[in-house]
Amino acid sequence: MSFRTVLRRLMAERLAFISLIYLMVLVIVALLAPWITPYDPEQMDVMNMMQPPSKEHWFGTDELGRDIFSRVLMGAETAVKASLFAVLIPLCIGVPIGILSGYIGGIVDDIFMRIIDGIIAIPAIILALGITSALGVNLWNAMIAIGIVFTPQFARLARGQTLQVRSEHYVEAAQITGAGTLWIMARHIIPNIASPLVVQASFNLSIGVLVETTLSFLGMGVQDPDISWGVMIQQAYNMINYNPSMIIYPGIAILLTVLAGNFLGDGLRTALDPKYKMDA
Amino acid sequence: MFFQFLLRRLLYVIPMVFVVTLVVYSLVLLIPGDPVLVLLGENATEEKIAELKRQLGLDKPIIEQYFTWLSNAIQGDLGRSIFTGQSVSEAVAERLAVSLQLVTAAILIAVVVGMTLAILSIYYAGTWIDYVVRFISTLGVAVPHFLFAMFLVVLFSLKLKWLPATGFTSIAESPGGFLRDITLPALSLSLGGIAIITRHLRSSLMEVLDADYIRTAYSKGVSRWQALFGHALRNAMLPVVTTIGLMFGNTLGATVVIETIFAIPGLGQLAVGAILQRDFTMVQGVVLVMFMMVVIINFLTDIVYALLDPRIEY
Repeated sequence: MSFRTVLRRLMAERLAFISLIYLMVLVIVALLAPWITPYDPEQMDVMNMMQPPSKEHWFGTDELGRDIFSRVLMGAETAVKASLFAVLIPLCIGVPIGILSGYIGGIVDDIFMRIIDGIIAIPAIILALGITSALGVNLWNAMIAIGIVFTPQFARLARGQTLQVRSEHYVEAAQITGAGTLWIMARHIIPNIASPLVVQASFNLSIGVLVETTLSFLGMGVQDPDISWGVMIQQAYNMINYNPSMIIYPGIAILLTVLAGNFLGDGLRTALDPKYKMDA
Repeated sequence: MFFQFLLRRLLYVIPMVFVVTLVVYSLVLLIPGDPVLVLLGENATEEKIAELKRQLGLDKPIIEQYFTWLSNAIQGDLGRSIFTGQSVSEAVAERLAVSLQLVTAAILIAVVVGMTLAILSIYYAGTWIDYVVRFISTLGVAVPHFLFAMFLVVLFSLKLKWLPATGFTSIAESPGGFLRDITLPALSLSLGGIAIITRHLRSSLMEVLDADYIRTAYSKGVSRWQALFGHALRNAMLPVVTTIGLMFGNTLGATVVIETIFAIPGLGQLAVGAILQRDFTMVQGVVLVMFMMVVIINFLTDIVYALLDPRIEY
Protein backbone atom coordinates (compact mmCIF):
# COMPACT_ATOMS: atom_id res chain seq x y z
CA MET A 1 0.00 0.00 0.00
CA SER A 2 1.59 3.23 -1.08
CA PHE A 3 1.83 6.29 1.09
CA ARG A 4 -0.29 8.17 -1.42
CA THR A 5 -3.11 5.60 -1.21
CA VAL A 6 -3.16 5.86 2.57
CA LEU A 7 -3.18 9.66 2.42
CA ARG A 8 -6.05 9.65 -0.10
CA ARG A 9 -8.10 7.32 2.10
CA LEU A 10 -7.26 9.42 5.15
CA MET A 11 -8.53 12.55 3.39
CA ALA A 12 -11.86 10.80 2.91
CA GLU A 13 -12.08 10.41 6.71
CA ARG A 14 -12.93 14.00 7.47
CA LEU A 15 -12.32 14.04 11.25
CA ALA A 16 -9.04 12.19 10.91
CA PHE A 17 -7.83 14.57 8.24
CA ILE A 18 -8.75 17.66 10.28
CA SER A 19 -6.95 16.06 13.23
CA LEU A 20 -3.85 15.48 11.12
CA ILE A 21 -3.84 19.14 10.10
CA TYR A 22 -4.36 20.24 13.72
CA LEU A 23 -1.42 18.09 14.85
CA MET A 24 0.81 19.48 12.09
CA VAL A 25 -0.11 23.03 13.13
CA LEU A 26 0.65 22.07 16.74
CA VAL A 27 4.12 20.84 15.74
CA ILE A 28 4.79 24.07 13.84
CA VAL A 29 3.61 26.14 16.83
CA ALA A 30 5.84 24.05 19.11
CA LEU A 31 8.87 24.63 16.87
CA LEU A 32 8.25 28.35 16.48
CA ALA A 33 6.85 29.01 19.98
CA PRO A 34 9.82 31.07 21.28
CA TRP A 35 9.38 33.52 18.37
CA ILE A 36 5.64 33.76 17.91
CA THR A 37 4.39 34.30 21.46
CA PRO A 38 3.04 37.87 21.76
CA TYR A 39 4.57 38.20 25.25
CA ASP A 40 7.46 36.60 27.09
CA PRO A 41 5.60 33.68 28.75
CA GLU A 42 7.63 34.15 31.94
CA GLN A 43 7.19 37.92 32.13
CA MET A 44 5.33 38.74 35.33
CA ASP A 45 3.17 41.82 35.58
CA VAL A 46 1.74 42.20 39.07
CA MET A 47 -0.30 45.23 38.03
CA ASN A 48 -2.31 43.04 35.64
CA MET A 49 -2.99 39.86 37.57
CA MET A 50 -5.81 37.51 36.58
CA GLN A 51 -7.14 39.79 33.87
CA PRO A 52 -10.09 38.52 31.82
CA PRO A 53 -9.48 38.00 28.08
CA SER A 54 -8.92 41.28 26.24
CA LYS A 55 -7.47 42.65 23.02
CA GLU A 56 -4.02 42.79 24.66
CA HIS A 57 -4.24 39.40 26.37
CA TRP A 58 -6.38 37.06 24.28
CA PHE A 59 -6.74 34.43 27.01
CA GLY A 60 -6.24 36.88 29.91
CA THR A 61 -3.42 36.72 32.46
CA ASP A 62 -2.61 34.34 35.30
CA GLU A 63 -2.07 34.91 39.01
CA LEU A 64 1.36 36.45 38.36
CA GLY A 65 0.18 38.59 35.45
CA ARG A 66 1.74 36.30 32.82
CA ASP A 67 0.04 36.12 29.42
CA ILE A 68 -1.94 32.88 29.27
CA PHE A 69 -2.05 32.78 25.46
CA SER A 70 1.75 32.87 25.28
CA ARG A 71 1.99 30.19 27.93
CA VAL A 72 -0.46 27.90 26.10
CA LEU A 73 1.65 28.28 22.93
CA MET A 74 4.84 27.44 24.85
CA GLY A 75 3.08 24.47 26.45
CA ALA A 76 2.60 23.02 22.97
CA GLU A 77 6.35 22.39 22.83
CA THR A 78 6.21 20.16 25.92
CA ALA A 79 3.11 18.36 24.65
CA VAL A 80 4.74 17.60 21.29
CA LYS A 81 7.90 16.34 23.00
CA ALA A 82 5.83 14.07 25.25
CA SER A 83 3.93 12.70 22.25
CA LEU A 84 7.14 12.00 20.36
CA PHE A 85 8.73 10.19 23.29
CA ALA A 86 5.56 8.19 23.89
CA VAL A 87 5.82 6.94 20.31
CA LEU A 88 9.54 6.78 19.55
CA ILE A 89 10.82 4.90 22.62
CA PRO A 90 8.20 2.13 22.33
CA LEU A 91 8.83 1.86 18.56
CA CYS A 92 12.61 1.71 18.94
CA ILE A 93 12.76 -0.60 21.97
CA GLY A 94 9.43 -2.39 22.28
CA VAL A 95 8.97 -3.35 18.64
CA PRO A 96 12.40 -5.03 18.21
CA ILE A 97 11.84 -6.96 21.45
CA GLY A 98 8.40 -8.04 20.24
CA ILE A 99 9.63 -9.13 16.81
CA LEU A 100 12.57 -11.09 18.26
CA SER A 101 10.38 -12.71 20.85
CA GLY A 102 7.74 -13.72 18.35
CA TYR A 103 10.19 -14.85 15.68
CA ILE A 104 12.50 -16.88 17.91
CA GLY A 105 9.71 -18.29 20.08
CA GLY A 106 10.37 -20.98 22.68
CA ILE A 107 11.90 -20.14 26.03
CA VAL A 108 13.04 -16.65 24.94
CA ASP A 109 9.46 -15.80 24.06
CA ASP A 110 8.21 -17.21 27.37
CA ILE A 111 10.65 -15.16 29.40
CA PHE A 112 10.05 -11.91 27.50
CA MET A 113 6.29 -12.32 27.69
CA ARG A 114 6.23 -13.02 31.43
CA ILE A 115 8.28 -9.88 32.05
CA ILE A 116 6.00 -7.87 29.77
CA ASP A 117 2.77 -9.22 31.31
CA GLY A 118 4.15 -8.32 34.71
CA ILE A 119 5.09 -4.76 33.81
CA ILE A 120 1.75 -4.15 32.09
CA ALA A 121 -0.01 -5.14 35.32
CA ILE A 122 1.55 -2.17 37.15
CA PRO A 123 -0.80 0.81 36.62
CA ALA A 124 0.82 3.12 34.02
CA ILE A 125 0.73 6.24 36.18
CA ILE A 126 2.33 4.44 39.11
CA LEU A 127 5.09 3.06 36.91
CA ALA A 128 5.70 6.46 35.32
CA LEU A 129 5.85 8.07 38.78
CA GLY A 130 8.28 5.40 39.98
CA ILE A 131 10.59 5.79 36.98
CA THR A 132 10.53 9.60 37.11
CA SER A 133 11.40 9.65 40.76
CA ALA A 134 14.12 7.03 40.24
CA LEU A 135 15.70 9.08 37.44
CA GLY A 136 15.09 12.47 39.07
CA VAL A 137 12.17 14.81 38.50
CA ASN A 138 12.59 16.94 35.39
CA LEU A 139 11.22 17.36 31.90
CA TRP A 140 13.47 14.86 30.11
CA ASN A 141 13.17 12.13 32.71
CA ALA A 142 9.40 12.48 32.63
CA MET A 143 9.54 12.00 28.84
CA ILE A 144 11.77 8.93 29.18
CA ALA A 145 9.43 7.49 31.81
CA ILE A 146 6.43 8.00 29.50
CA GLY A 147 8.31 6.19 26.73
CA ILE A 148 9.33 3.26 28.91
CA VAL A 149 5.81 2.81 30.31
CA PHE A 150 4.35 2.11 26.88
CA THR A 151 7.23 -0.04 25.60
CA PRO A 152 5.76 -3.38 26.84
CA GLN A 153 2.46 -2.75 25.02
CA PHE A 154 4.24 -2.24 21.71
CA ALA A 155 6.38 -5.31 22.32
CA ARG A 156 3.25 -7.38 22.93
CA LEU A 157 1.51 -6.00 19.84
CA ALA A 158 4.58 -6.55 17.62
CA ARG A 159 4.96 -10.09 18.97
CA GLY A 160 1.37 -11.04 18.25
CA GLN A 161 1.61 -9.72 14.70
CA THR A 162 4.98 -11.44 14.15
CA LEU A 163 3.52 -14.77 15.26
CA GLN A 164 0.85 -14.43 12.56
CA VAL A 165 3.23 -13.35 9.81
CA ARG A 166 5.93 -15.88 10.70
CA SER A 167 3.92 -18.83 9.47
CA GLU A 168 2.98 -17.19 6.14
CA HIS A 169 4.19 -18.88 2.99
CA TYR A 170 6.36 -15.97 1.86
CA VAL A 171 8.34 -16.12 5.10
CA GLU A 172 8.79 -19.87 4.80
CA ALA A 173 9.85 -19.43 1.18
CA ALA A 174 12.45 -16.87 2.22
CA GLN A 175 13.71 -19.22 4.91
CA ILE A 176 14.06 -22.05 2.37
CA THR A 177 16.00 -19.87 -0.03
CA GLY A 178 18.49 -19.30 2.77
CA ALA A 179 17.70 -15.68 3.66
CA GLY A 180 19.21 -14.52 6.95
CA THR A 181 17.05 -13.85 9.99
CA LEU A 182 17.74 -10.11 9.98
CA TRP A 183 16.93 -9.91 6.26
CA ILE A 184 13.63 -11.72 6.78
CA MET A 185 12.71 -9.43 9.63
CA ALA A 186 13.54 -6.27 7.72
CA ARG A 187 12.16 -7.34 4.34
CA HIS A 188 9.16 -9.51 5.24
CA ILE A 189 8.12 -9.12 8.86
CA ILE A 190 8.36 -5.39 9.56
CA PRO A 191 6.46 -4.23 6.43
CA ASN A 192 3.68 -6.70 7.16
CA ILE A 193 3.21 -5.86 10.83
CA ALA A 194 3.54 -2.07 10.39
CA SER A 195 -0.14 -1.14 10.04
CA PRO A 196 -1.40 -1.96 13.55
CA LEU A 197 1.76 -0.43 15.00
CA VAL A 198 1.14 2.82 13.13
CA VAL A 199 -2.44 2.92 14.42
CA GLN A 200 -1.30 2.28 18.00
CA ALA A 201 1.43 4.90 17.63
CA SER A 202 -1.21 7.45 16.70
CA PHE A 203 -3.25 6.65 19.81
CA ASN A 204 -0.05 6.94 21.81
CA LEU A 205 0.33 10.56 20.72
CA SER A 206 -2.75 11.20 22.86
CA ILE A 207 -1.73 8.98 25.72
CA GLY A 208 1.65 10.71 25.84
CA VAL A 209 -0.02 14.08 26.34
CA LEU A 210 -2.38 12.64 28.97
CA VAL A 211 0.43 11.09 31.01
CA GLU A 212 2.73 14.10 30.69
CA THR A 213 0.08 16.58 31.82
CA THR A 214 -0.92 14.27 34.67
CA LEU A 215 2.69 13.88 35.88
CA SER A 216 3.25 17.62 35.56
CA PHE A 217 0.00 18.34 37.38
CA LEU A 218 1.22 16.19 40.29
CA GLY A 219 4.52 18.07 40.34
CA MET A 220 6.37 14.94 39.21
CA GLY A 221 7.00 15.97 35.61
CA VAL A 222 7.77 19.30 34.04
CA GLN A 223 8.79 21.86 36.66
CA ASP A 224 8.34 25.62 36.70
CA PRO A 225 9.80 27.59 34.82
CA ASP A 226 9.38 24.97 32.08
CA ILE A 227 5.82 25.27 30.82
CA SER A 228 3.38 22.41 30.47
CA TRP A 229 -0.40 22.53 30.19
CA GLY A 230 -0.43 20.25 33.25
CA VAL A 231 1.63 22.74 35.28
CA MET A 232 -0.64 25.58 34.13
CA ILE A 233 -3.71 23.69 35.34
CA GLN A 234 -2.03 22.85 38.62
CA GLN A 235 -1.24 26.56 39.16
CA ALA A 236 -4.76 27.54 38.12
CA TYR A 237 -6.10 24.94 40.56
CA ASN A 238 -4.45 26.78 43.44
CA MET A 239 -6.43 29.85 42.39
CA ILE A 240 -9.66 27.93 41.82
CA ASN A 241 -11.50 29.87 44.51
CA TYR A 242 -10.67 33.22 42.89
CA ASN A 243 -10.69 32.60 39.17
CA PRO A 244 -11.67 29.11 37.95
CA SER A 245 -11.66 30.29 34.31
CA MET A 246 -7.85 30.03 34.11
CA ILE A 247 -8.26 26.28 33.81
CA ILE A 248 -10.23 26.58 30.59
CA TYR A 249 -7.47 27.43 28.07
CA PRO A 250 -4.82 24.82 28.92
CA GLY A 251 -7.72 22.40 29.47
CA ILE A 252 -9.07 22.93 25.97
CA ALA A 253 -5.55 22.63 24.55
CA ILE A 254 -5.15 19.21 26.21
CA LEU A 255 -8.60 18.09 25.10
CA LEU A 256 -8.13 19.07 21.44
CA THR A 257 -4.71 17.44 21.23
CA VAL A 258 -5.86 14.18 22.80
CA LEU A 259 -8.97 14.07 20.60
CA ALA A 260 -6.86 14.75 17.51
CA GLY A 261 -4.58 11.80 18.26
CA ASN A 262 -7.60 9.53 18.84
CA PHE A 263 -9.40 10.61 15.67
CA LEU A 264 -6.22 10.21 13.65
CA GLY A 265 -5.82 6.69 15.06
CA ASP A 266 -9.41 5.80 14.15
CA GLY A 267 -8.91 7.20 10.65
CA LEU A 268 -5.61 5.39 10.14
CA ARG A 269 -7.20 2.13 11.23
CA THR A 270 -9.81 2.52 8.50
CA ALA A 271 -7.31 3.76 5.91
CA LEU A 272 -4.80 0.96 6.56
CA ASP A 273 -7.41 -1.80 6.61
CA PRO A 274 -6.64 -4.29 3.81
CA LYS A 275 -10.39 -4.80 3.36
CA TYR A 276 -10.90 -1.07 2.82
CA LYS A 277 -13.87 -0.12 0.66
CA MET A 278 -14.10 3.33 -0.82
CA ASP A 279 -17.79 3.77 -0.07
CA ALA A 280 -17.70 2.14 3.36
CA MET B 1 -11.53 -29.89 35.19
CA PHE B 2 -12.28 -26.44 36.53
CA PHE B 3 -9.73 -26.99 39.27
CA GLN B 4 -7.06 -27.73 36.64
CA PHE B 5 -7.94 -24.51 34.86
CA LEU B 6 -7.53 -22.59 38.12
CA LEU B 7 -4.20 -24.27 38.77
CA ARG B 8 -2.93 -23.44 35.28
CA ARG B 9 -3.86 -19.79 35.71
CA LEU B 10 -2.12 -19.71 39.09
CA LEU B 11 1.05 -21.27 37.70
CA TYR B 12 1.03 -18.60 35.04
CA VAL B 13 0.78 -15.80 37.61
CA ILE B 14 3.63 -16.90 39.90
CA PRO B 15 6.62 -16.18 37.61
CA MET B 16 5.01 -12.84 36.75
CA VAL B 17 4.83 -11.87 40.42
CA PHE B 18 8.44 -12.89 40.82
CA VAL B 19 9.62 -10.73 37.92
CA VAL B 20 7.63 -7.69 39.01
CA THR B 21 8.73 -7.82 42.64
CA LEU B 22 12.32 -7.92 41.41
CA VAL B 23 11.68 -4.95 39.11
CA VAL B 24 9.91 -2.99 41.85
CA TYR B 25 12.64 -3.78 44.34
CA SER B 26 15.53 -2.75 42.10
CA LEU B 27 13.70 0.27 40.66
CA VAL B 28 13.37 1.73 44.11
CA LEU B 29 17.08 1.27 44.77
CA LEU B 30 17.73 3.52 41.78
CA ILE B 31 15.98 6.44 43.47
CA PRO B 32 18.71 9.04 43.81
CA GLY B 33 19.75 10.42 47.15
CA ASP B 34 20.92 7.86 49.66
CA PRO B 35 18.02 7.43 52.12
CA VAL B 36 20.54 7.03 54.92
CA LEU B 37 22.04 10.43 54.15
CA VAL B 38 18.55 11.91 53.97
CA LEU B 39 17.81 10.51 57.43
CA LEU B 40 21.06 11.45 59.11
CA GLY B 41 21.77 14.73 57.34
CA GLU B 42 24.80 15.64 55.26
CA ASN B 43 27.10 15.96 58.27
CA ALA B 44 26.76 12.39 59.51
CA THR B 45 29.94 10.56 60.44
CA GLU B 46 31.13 7.50 58.56
CA GLU B 47 30.49 5.23 61.55
CA LYS B 48 26.95 6.49 61.99
CA ILE B 49 26.18 5.91 58.31
CA ALA B 50 27.62 2.38 58.42
CA GLU B 51 25.71 1.65 61.63
CA LEU B 52 22.35 2.74 60.19
CA LYS B 53 23.01 0.87 56.93
CA ARG B 54 23.62 -2.27 58.93
CA GLN B 55 20.41 -1.71 60.90
CA LEU B 56 18.40 -1.28 57.71
CA GLY B 57 20.15 -4.25 56.09
CA LEU B 58 21.53 -2.05 53.31
CA ASP B 59 25.09 -3.35 53.67
CA LYS B 60 24.22 -6.78 52.30
CA PRO B 61 24.32 -7.69 48.58
CA ILE B 62 21.22 -6.49 46.71
CA ILE B 63 20.07 -9.97 45.76
CA GLU B 64 20.20 -11.05 49.41
CA GLN B 65 18.29 -7.90 50.44
CA TYR B 66 15.68 -8.75 47.82
CA PHE B 67 15.12 -12.29 49.06
CA THR B 68 14.91 -11.14 52.67
CA TRP B 69 12.36 -8.53 51.66
CA LEU B 70 10.39 -11.02 49.54
CA SER B 71 10.22 -13.70 52.22
CA ASN B 72 9.11 -11.09 54.76
CA ALA B 73 6.56 -9.73 52.29
CA ILE B 74 5.07 -13.17 51.77
CA GLN B 75 4.56 -13.33 55.51
CA GLY B 76 2.81 -9.96 55.40
CA ASP B 77 5.70 -7.89 56.71
CA LEU B 78 6.70 -5.09 54.34
CA GLY B 79 9.19 -3.49 56.70
CA ARG B 80 8.98 -0.09 58.34
CA SER B 81 8.81 3.38 56.86
CA ILE B 82 12.31 4.80 57.05
CA PHE B 83 10.88 8.18 58.04
CA THR B 84 8.07 7.59 60.48
CA GLY B 85 9.00 4.07 61.57
CA GLN B 86 5.38 3.08 60.97
CA SER B 87 4.75 -0.46 59.79
CA VAL B 88 4.38 -0.35 55.99
CA SER B 89 1.91 -3.26 56.00
CA GLU B 90 -0.35 -1.43 58.45
CA ALA B 91 -0.16 1.88 56.58
CA VAL B 92 -0.84 0.19 53.26
CA ALA B 93 -3.73 -1.90 54.59
CA GLU B 94 -5.37 1.17 56.12
CA ARG B 95 -4.99 3.20 52.91
CA LEU B 96 -6.02 0.30 50.69
CA ALA B 97 -9.38 0.10 52.47
CA VAL B 98 -10.00 3.74 51.53
CA SER B 99 -8.84 3.40 47.92
CA LEU B 100 -10.86 0.24 47.35
CA GLN B 101 -14.05 2.03 48.44
CA LEU B 102 -13.26 4.82 45.99
CA VAL B 103 -12.33 2.50 43.12
CA THR B 104 -15.36 0.24 43.68
CA ALA B 105 -17.69 3.23 43.70
CA ALA B 106 -16.10 4.54 40.49
CA ILE B 107 -16.36 1.19 38.70
CA LEU B 108 -19.97 0.75 39.83
CA ILE B 109 -20.84 4.15 38.40
CA ALA B 110 -18.96 3.32 35.19
CA VAL B 111 -20.79 0.01 34.77
CA VAL B 112 -24.28 1.35 35.50
CA VAL B 113 -23.93 4.55 33.47
CA GLY B 114 -21.94 2.90 30.68
CA MET B 115 -24.46 0.08 30.26
CA THR B 116 -27.41 2.48 30.33
CA LEU B 117 -25.84 4.73 27.72
CA ALA B 118 -24.94 1.81 25.45
CA ILE B 119 -28.45 0.34 25.63
CA LEU B 120 -30.06 3.75 25.03
CA SER B 121 -27.87 4.39 22.03
CA ILE B 122 -28.72 1.00 20.51
CA TYR B 123 -32.43 1.28 21.26
CA TYR B 124 -32.61 4.80 19.84
CA ALA B 125 -30.06 4.16 17.08
CA GLY B 126 -29.77 7.04 14.61
CA THR B 127 -31.63 9.55 16.82
CA TRP B 128 -30.15 12.47 18.74
CA ILE B 129 -29.83 10.24 21.83
CA ASP B 130 -27.48 7.97 19.89
CA TYR B 131 -25.39 10.96 18.83
CA VAL B 132 -25.17 12.36 22.35
CA VAL B 133 -24.03 8.97 23.67
CA ARG B 134 -21.38 8.66 20.97
CA PHE B 135 -20.20 12.19 21.71
CA ILE B 136 -19.86 11.36 25.44
CA SER B 137 -17.97 8.15 24.74
CA THR B 138 -15.55 9.95 22.41
CA LEU B 139 -14.97 12.81 24.81
CA GLY B 140 -14.77 10.55 27.88
CA VAL B 141 -11.49 8.92 26.88
CA ALA B 142 -9.91 12.25 25.96
CA VAL B 143 -10.48 14.15 29.22
CA PRO B 144 -7.71 13.71 31.79
CA HIS B 145 -8.98 12.76 35.26
CA PHE B 146 -7.69 15.92 36.90
CA LEU B 147 -9.45 18.14 34.40
CA PHE B 148 -12.83 16.48 34.86
CA ALA B 149 -12.34 16.52 38.62
CA MET B 150 -11.81 20.27 38.54
CA PHE B 151 -14.82 20.80 36.36
CA LEU B 152 -16.93 18.91 38.91
CA VAL B 153 -15.40 20.84 41.82
CA VAL B 154 -16.08 24.19 40.17
CA LEU B 155 -19.65 23.23 39.29
CA PHE B 156 -20.84 21.28 42.33
CA SER B 157 -18.67 22.67 45.13
CA LEU B 158 -17.91 26.27 44.25
CA LYS B 159 -20.93 27.33 42.19
CA LEU B 160 -23.81 25.16 43.43
CA LYS B 161 -22.28 24.34 46.85
CA TRP B 162 -23.97 20.92 46.87
CA LEU B 163 -21.01 18.69 47.68
CA PRO B 164 -17.71 19.15 49.52
CA ALA B 165 -14.51 19.52 47.48
CA THR B 166 -12.31 17.59 49.93
CA GLY B 167 -12.50 14.93 52.60
CA PHE B 168 -13.44 11.32 53.03
CA THR B 169 -15.75 9.33 55.29
CA SER B 170 -15.57 5.56 55.38
CA ILE B 171 -18.75 3.69 54.52
CA ALA B 172 -18.45 1.75 57.79
CA GLU B 173 -18.43 5.00 59.75
CA SER B 174 -21.38 6.74 58.14
CA PRO B 175 -23.02 5.63 54.88
CA GLY B 176 -24.54 9.08 54.36
CA GLY B 177 -21.22 10.86 54.85
CA PHE B 178 -19.61 8.31 52.56
CA LEU B 179 -22.07 9.08 49.77
CA ARG B 180 -21.62 12.83 50.24
CA ASP B 181 -17.82 12.67 50.16
CA ILE B 182 -17.34 9.96 47.56
CA THR B 183 -19.67 11.27 44.84
CA LEU B 184 -17.37 13.83 43.24
CA PRO B 185 -14.13 11.82 43.40
CA ALA B 186 -15.84 8.63 42.21
CA LEU B 187 -17.53 10.48 39.34
CA SER B 188 -14.17 12.00 38.32
CA LEU B 189 -12.58 8.55 38.34
CA SER B 190 -15.40 6.92 36.41
CA LEU B 191 -15.53 9.07 33.25
CA GLY B 192 -12.96 7.08 31.28
CA GLY B 193 -14.59 3.83 32.34
CA ILE B 194 -18.05 5.06 31.33
CA ALA B 195 -16.72 5.91 27.87
CA ILE B 196 -14.93 2.58 27.43
CA ILE B 197 -17.84 0.43 28.64
CA THR B 198 -20.30 2.38 26.48
CA ARG B 199 -18.12 1.89 23.41
CA HIS B 200 -17.46 -1.80 23.92
CA LEU B 201 -21.00 -2.75 24.90
CA ARG B 202 -22.42 -0.71 22.05
CA SER B 203 -20.30 -2.36 19.37
CA SER B 204 -20.75 -5.75 21.01
CA LEU B 205 -24.53 -5.29 21.08
CA MET B 206 -24.56 -4.27 17.43
CA GLU B 207 -22.70 -7.45 16.53
CA VAL B 208 -24.99 -9.68 18.59
CA LEU B 209 -28.20 -8.03 17.31
CA ASP B 210 -27.07 -8.99 13.82
CA ALA B 211 -26.93 -12.69 14.71
CA ASP B 212 -29.34 -15.27 13.30
CA TYR B 213 -30.93 -16.15 16.62
CA ILE B 214 -32.03 -12.55 17.10
CA ARG B 215 -33.63 -12.57 13.66
CA THR B 216 -35.37 -15.82 14.64
CA ALA B 217 -36.59 -14.19 17.83
CA TYR B 218 -37.98 -11.23 15.87
CA SER B 219 -39.75 -13.55 13.44
CA LYS B 220 -41.42 -15.20 16.42
CA GLY B 221 -42.89 -11.83 17.30
CA VAL B 222 -40.56 -10.73 20.09
CA SER B 223 -40.47 -6.96 20.64
CA ARG B 224 -37.26 -4.95 20.21
CA TRP B 225 -37.07 -4.36 23.92
CA GLN B 226 -37.40 -8.10 24.66
CA ALA B 227 -34.84 -9.00 22.01
CA LEU B 228 -32.42 -6.53 23.55
CA PHE B 229 -32.87 -7.53 27.18
CA GLY B 230 -33.99 -11.15 26.87
CA HIS B 231 -31.56 -12.31 24.24
CA ALA B 232 -28.81 -9.90 23.20
CA LEU B 233 -27.61 -8.29 26.41
CA ARG B 234 -26.41 -11.46 28.12
CA ASN B 235 -24.23 -12.45 25.20
CA ALA B 236 -23.06 -8.92 24.48
CA MET B 237 -21.93 -8.51 28.10
CA LEU B 238 -19.30 -11.25 27.79
CA PRO B 239 -16.52 -9.22 26.19
CA VAL B 240 -17.44 -6.31 28.46
CA VAL B 241 -16.61 -8.41 31.54
CA THR B 242 -12.98 -8.45 30.42
CA THR B 243 -13.09 -4.71 29.79
CA ILE B 244 -14.34 -4.07 33.31
CA GLY B 245 -11.57 -6.24 34.74
CA LEU B 246 -8.90 -4.42 32.76
CA MET B 247 -10.29 -1.04 33.86
CA PHE B 248 -9.45 -1.82 37.45
CA GLY B 249 -5.70 -1.25 37.08
CA ASN B 250 -6.08 2.12 35.40
CA THR B 251 -8.68 3.25 37.89
CA LEU B 252 -6.46 2.23 40.80
CA GLY B 253 -3.55 4.11 39.21
CA ALA B 254 -5.66 7.21 38.71
CA THR B 255 -6.40 7.37 42.44
CA VAL B 256 -2.96 8.99 42.63
CA VAL B 257 -4.42 12.07 40.96
CA ILE B 258 -7.93 12.02 42.36
CA GLU B 259 -6.86 11.42 45.96
CA THR B 260 -4.40 14.30 45.70
CA ILE B 261 -7.09 16.67 44.41
CA PHE B 262 -9.81 15.64 46.87
CA ALA B 263 -7.43 15.13 49.84
CA ILE B 264 -8.50 11.51 50.33
CA PRO B 265 -6.14 9.51 52.57
CA GLY B 266 -5.80 6.50 50.24
CA LEU B 267 -3.10 4.45 48.58
CA GLY B 268 -2.56 6.92 45.73
CA GLN B 269 -1.91 9.80 48.09
CA LEU B 270 0.43 7.58 50.10
CA ALA B 271 2.33 6.71 46.89
CA VAL B 272 2.87 10.35 45.90
CA GLY B 273 4.00 11.29 49.41
CA ALA B 274 6.38 8.34 49.69
CA ILE B 275 7.93 9.00 46.28
CA LEU B 276 8.45 12.70 47.06
CA GLN B 277 10.03 11.81 50.43
CA ARG B 278 12.12 8.97 48.94
CA ASP B 279 10.69 6.67 51.60
CA PHE B 280 11.82 3.60 49.72
CA THR B 281 10.32 0.88 51.92
CA MET B 282 6.96 2.63 51.65
CA VAL B 283 7.23 2.98 47.86
CA GLN B 284 8.06 -0.71 47.53
CA GLY B 285 5.09 -1.66 49.67
CA VAL B 286 2.60 0.57 47.87
CA VAL B 287 3.63 -0.46 44.36
CA LEU B 288 3.69 -4.13 45.34
CA VAL B 289 0.19 -3.97 46.80
CA MET B 290 -1.19 -2.08 43.79
CA PHE B 291 0.36 -4.62 41.45
CA MET B 292 -0.98 -7.56 43.47
CA MET B 293 -4.47 -6.04 43.43
CA VAL B 294 -4.34 -5.83 39.64
CA VAL B 295 -3.08 -9.43 39.37
CA ILE B 296 -5.84 -10.69 41.66
CA ILE B 297 -8.54 -8.80 39.77
CA ASN B 298 -7.25 -10.06 36.41
CA PHE B 299 -7.28 -13.59 37.81
CA LEU B 300 -10.87 -13.19 39.02
CA THR B 301 -11.88 -11.68 35.66
CA ASP B 302 -10.54 -14.72 33.83
CA ILE B 303 -12.50 -17.02 36.11
CA VAL B 304 -15.73 -15.03 35.84
CA TYR B 305 -15.35 -14.99 32.08
CA ALA B 306 -14.78 -18.75 31.98
CA LEU B 307 -17.85 -19.33 34.18
CA LEU B 308 -20.06 -17.05 32.08
CA ASP B 309 -19.06 -18.36 28.68
CA PRO B 310 -20.34 -21.90 28.19
CA ARG B 311 -18.14 -22.28 25.11
CA ILE B 312 -14.91 -22.16 27.11
CA GLU B 313 -13.50 -25.55 27.93
CA TYR B 314 -11.18 -25.71 30.85
